[in-house]
Formats: sequence, C-alpha cells, structure tokens
Amino acid sequence: MSAASLPISIAQVTKTYGKTFALDHVDLEIRSGEFLTLLGPSGSGKTTLLTVLAGFTRPDGGSLKFGDTEMITVPPHKRHVGMVFQNYALFPHMSVADNVGFPLKLRGVKPAEIAQRTERALEMVRLGGYGTRGVDQLSGGQRQRVALARAMVFEPRIMLMDEPLSALDKQLREHMQIELRQLHDKLGMTTVYVTHDQREALTMSDRIAVINGGRIMQLDTPRALYERPKNRFVAEFIGESTFLPVRVHGGCVTLGDQTLRTAVPPPADGPQLLMLRPERLRLLGSSEAVDNACNTIEATLVATVYQGDSSLFRMALADGTPLDVRGDSAVALEPGTRLRLAVSIEDTVLLALEPVA
Amino acid sequence: MTALPNTRELRRSALFERLGLIGLVAPALLLILVTMVLPVGWLFYLSVLSDSGAFSLEHYQRMWEHPSYGRTFWTTFQVSFLTTALCILLGYPLCYFLSEIPKRAANLCMIAVLLPLWTSLLVRTYAWLVLLQRRGLINNWGIELGLWDEPLALVHNLTGTLIGTVHVMLPFLVLPLYSSMRAIDRNYLRAAANLGAGPLRSFWLVFFPLAMPGLVTGALIVFILCLGFYVTPAVLGGGKVIMVSSRIANDIEIFFNWGAASALGVVLLVLTVLLMLAAGRLVRMDTVLGGQGK
Repeated sequence: MSAASLPISIAQVTKTYGKTFALDHVDLEIRSGEFLTLLGPSGSGKTTLLTVLAGFTRPDGGSLKFGDTEMITVPPHKRHVGMVFQNYALFPHMSVADNVGFPLKLRGVKPAEIAQRTERALEMVRLGGYGTRGVDQLSGGQRQRVALARAMVFEPRIMLMDEPLSALDKQLREHMQIELRQLHDKLGMTTVYVTHDQREALTMSDRIAVINGGRIMQLDTPRALYERPKNRFVAEFIGESTFLPVRVHGGCVTLGDQTLRTAVPPPADGPQLLMLRPERLRLLGSSEAVDNACNTIEATLVATVYQGDSSLFRMALADGTPLDVRGDSAVALEPGTRLRLAVSIEDTVLLALEPVA
Repeated sequence: MTALPNTRELRRSALFERLGLIGLVAPALLLILVTMVLPVGWLFYLSVLSDSGAFSLEHYQRMWEHPSYGRTFWTTFQVSFLTTALCILLGYPLCYFLSEIPKRAANLCMIAVLLPLWTSLLVRTYAWLVLLQRRGLINNWGIELGLWDEPLALVHNLTGTLIGTVHVMLPFLVLPLYSSMRAIDRNYLRAAANLGAGPLRSFWLVFFPLAMPGLVTGALIVFILCLGFYVTPAVLGGGKVIMVSSRIANDIEIFFNWGAASALGVVLLVLTVLLMLAAGRLVRMDTVLGGQGK
C-alpha cells in the first residue's frame, strides 16, 4: 500500500543561461503531503524550478529526489507527476473524456475502467457528464477544471501547478483557490504551486518559498512570512509595508527622537530598517491610552486616500519621513492634525539594511 | 418606439465602406474573369464541337470508348499519387526538423528549400536530364567509381519522371506543412510527456493529428498540380510516361484537334474540382479535429 504523497528533496539545483542564474544553488525540502507555493515576481526562477521538477528543463547540476529516488536525469514521461499548465494545454483534437482518460490509456488501463475513473475525476471537479464535449466548447474556468481532472486521474503522488488560476477573473479565481486547496486536502498529494500573487499564496499554502533571482529569500508559513519577514524583498513583496530608517544602540531602537521596543531583540547595533504594516498601525484618540504591549509614534496627517473598505492615511514624522496608516474609512480628519499611532510590539519588525542572500 | 437619429447616414456610410472594399477587389475579379472564366468557357464550347463545327459529343464518346484514354488517366493518377507519397516521405521529416530548430536557423534552411522555386522550371527539368541520362553525370560517375557496370535507366521512364516531379513539388508540400507544424504549441507535447507519453506515442497521438491540416493541404496542392503537370513529365518521361497533359499537347500541336484537346481539358478540370470538393470536406473535418482551438 503506497502512500498518497511523496516528499521532494531539492539540493543545489542550478540552471544558468549564459551568465544569468535562473536557479542559483537552490536547496529546498518539501514535506510529504504539503501544499508549498513558490512565490516570486516574473523572472524570479519559480517557473524554472517547477519545470525542473517536471523534467522539462535540464539543470546544470544538483540533486532532485522524490522520496528516496534520484530523479534529476529521469525523462518527463517517467516521472509520474501531475501537472496543470498555465494555459491548460488541453489537447484540442480530443474530447474532454479523451483528454482526461489520456494518461490512463497510456498506462494500459482497460477501457471500462478508464471510463469509470474519468467520470469520477470529472465529478470531483464538478464537471460530471461533460465527457463528450469538445474542448473548444468550454469556458476558461471549465477548461481549468478539466486540466485539473486530467492531472489527478492517474492519482499522482506529486502535483505541480504553474499559475493555473492566472487566466481567470477575480471572483472565479478566489473560488477556485478554495476548491484547489480542498481537493489537495482530500487527496493528500504533495503539491508545488507557482504564483506571483501573494494573496493567493497566503490563502492556499502550508508554506511559502519566496524566490527572487533564482534564490529562495525565505521559506516559512504564511503567517511567519507576513509578520516576520527576514529581508526587505520579502517584506515588500508580501502585503503593504512602510520602511523607516532607525538606529539601534545598546539594544534600544530609536526612530528620530522616539524610542521603540521590539518583540525580537535587535540583532546588532547601527542603522537598521524598521518595517511597519499600515493596517497594524492604529490611530489613537487624543486621550486614549495604550497598554504596555504597544509602541506609540507621533506623526502629522498629510492626506487621506479614501479606498472604500478602508482609507489610507498618509502621515509624516517630525522630520518629514513618510508613514502610511490604514484605517477605518468612516474617519475624517483635517490634514495637519497631529496624531499618535499605536503599533503592537509584535508588529514592530527590524530588517537588515541589505536583502539577505 | 421613437425613430433613432442618423440611421440613414450610418447606413450610407456602411454601404460606402462595403463598396470601397468591392472596388479594391474589382480589378482582380475582372482579370480572373477575362483570363480564366472566359477561356475555360470557350474550352467547354470547343469540346462539344465536331471537326466540321456542328454540335457533337464525339470527343467525349471517343474518350469513353478508347482504352488508351483510360490508360492515360490511370498513368496521370499514378504519377500524381506517387509524387505526393514521395514528397510526404521526404518532406515530413524535413518539416519536423525545421519546426524544431530555432526560428532564425529555420528561415535560412527554408531558403534552401525554396531556392528551386525561384529557378526556371525548364532549366531544372533539363538539368535533371543532363544528370540522369545514359551518358549523364550520374551514370558517368557511377561507372567510373565502379558502383555499377551498365548505365542505369534513370530517365525516359517513370523513375526519371518521379525524380523530376518530386523535386519540383516538394516546396509546395513543405510550405503549408511547416507552417502547420510551427503553429503547434509545444506545451501540448510537454503535457503529453508529463502524462506518460514517450517520444513515439507523443508524436503519434498528439503531434501528428495536430499537423494533419498542413499535411492534407500540402498533399492536396501537390496532387492537383501533378494532375496537370506538363513540362517535367514530358521531358523526363520521354514519351514513355504519357499523362493527360502530354495528350492534350499532342492533340493541339500534332493533330490540330482542338475539340479533342478541349474535351480532355474539361474532363481533367471536372475531376480536379470533384477532388477539391471531396478533400475540402476532409480538410474541414481535420481542422475541427486537429485545429489549434484555444
């Protein structure tokens, strides 16, 4: 009885195109049954890493293991991984059923069983009975689900997805994010998901590997990445953030003439970068007091940007350094108002001045 | 419902636009009318005239009764079919290679494929004659190098004819087939491989069906062109390979029998049109099955 999933072990995988490193000695351990997202901007190497996993890209060197088996030189048709392509790659000359049954046919499964498993896969993506339709008769969302059914039907233990939702409109995309995650939870296979949408990554993943320039910038759970980014790139890529230069001296963090406390002791003395998330800053009423778990910062309101469900309050410190606060859009304030802001010590995060390699 | 404003002006501007388009194509249509429709109509007329100028179906009757005509048509179909088959045999791997290499290299290679098209047909045909005849270059080299003793009969027969026709027709197969292959999204092949298809099955189950429209188009063009091919089969066939085109030429040049020639021409035209209609069905079906629909 084989497990429903396999762990993936990526060691020192490197791929260069001329002088450029598409993948720069990447090390990554993916746990069995995990939903791991590779998150990064265009050209970061996330898709390259996925195609290395699938066997379409031959790296310059490194090791790739599915479970205990070395796979780096195994051709793609022998890897037994499910893959959903960005443009779905459904065979236009075959019906939906033939598309979904294709991997089973290749594996010598009997026609009666092919029909049964095909229908079951289609039902799982809520397209039961669509087998006889042609691919060109389907909407984008339906095609995406057929591609998913085709990748799942032969019960692979590893699933690869290359930005499968990027061609869908917002509402459908958000709906499918939840559906994909539920399917993953139900079937249990190890899933490697590629996207540039940080919100999507935060919604769906067990862990996220943020990639840039062919290197992993940080590998962590969504919450840890959001609340404790290790470098500026990760902080900027995920969620909104404001960066303020601060000085650290003898364990004390100074912002201009104000002192702040951090949850994590500062790593070293000298100039550092303070990261604040606009929605974690709170506008305080004039007589409101804060408890010990918060820092207060004094700033002046420069402008209010109304954005429907919230407003962005653009503020400035005494020395003119800009600072953004996200708050209740029902609040109306005059520009020039001096305010105190509260931020929890937990949300006062220091980053190194240079991005960590 | 109240009348909408400006409907007359809008309709007029649409009409002018349409007339403009028709105006652009009118000269070409006129040219085709004068150089094709009218002569072909005249051909039909001539074919039903007897030698004395009266209305008669004797030319068609002769074709039906004389077995030599049947043989001529059979030879014509044979040559066309074999040429098409050989072009596919040679052209398919060539096109596959061209579609796999980077575009710039492919364009350069394509020049080599198209170069024969830019050379005069007559020059090419006689060049083959020089190469293939009993004391031509190939036989001289072969005998000198000791590869064979007696000169090979490479011309004035079916072999020579086919060598010539394939050489001339190959570009006509390569062009549509290559463009069809280039248009195949390589992701389909990656998907096939990922799903478990090795190189052979990937080719046969995915690539071949998707390249089918280009193949059918190219094969059709080659076949139909061969049906009416005159110069190359006449020169390289040396009177032994008699196609309909040679027969027509003889009727006109030697026998001055325009009626007989026209009748042959009409039959050839009708057969070609029927073929195109039948193949048109086939190609449409293939486009539906093998088309690059998104």
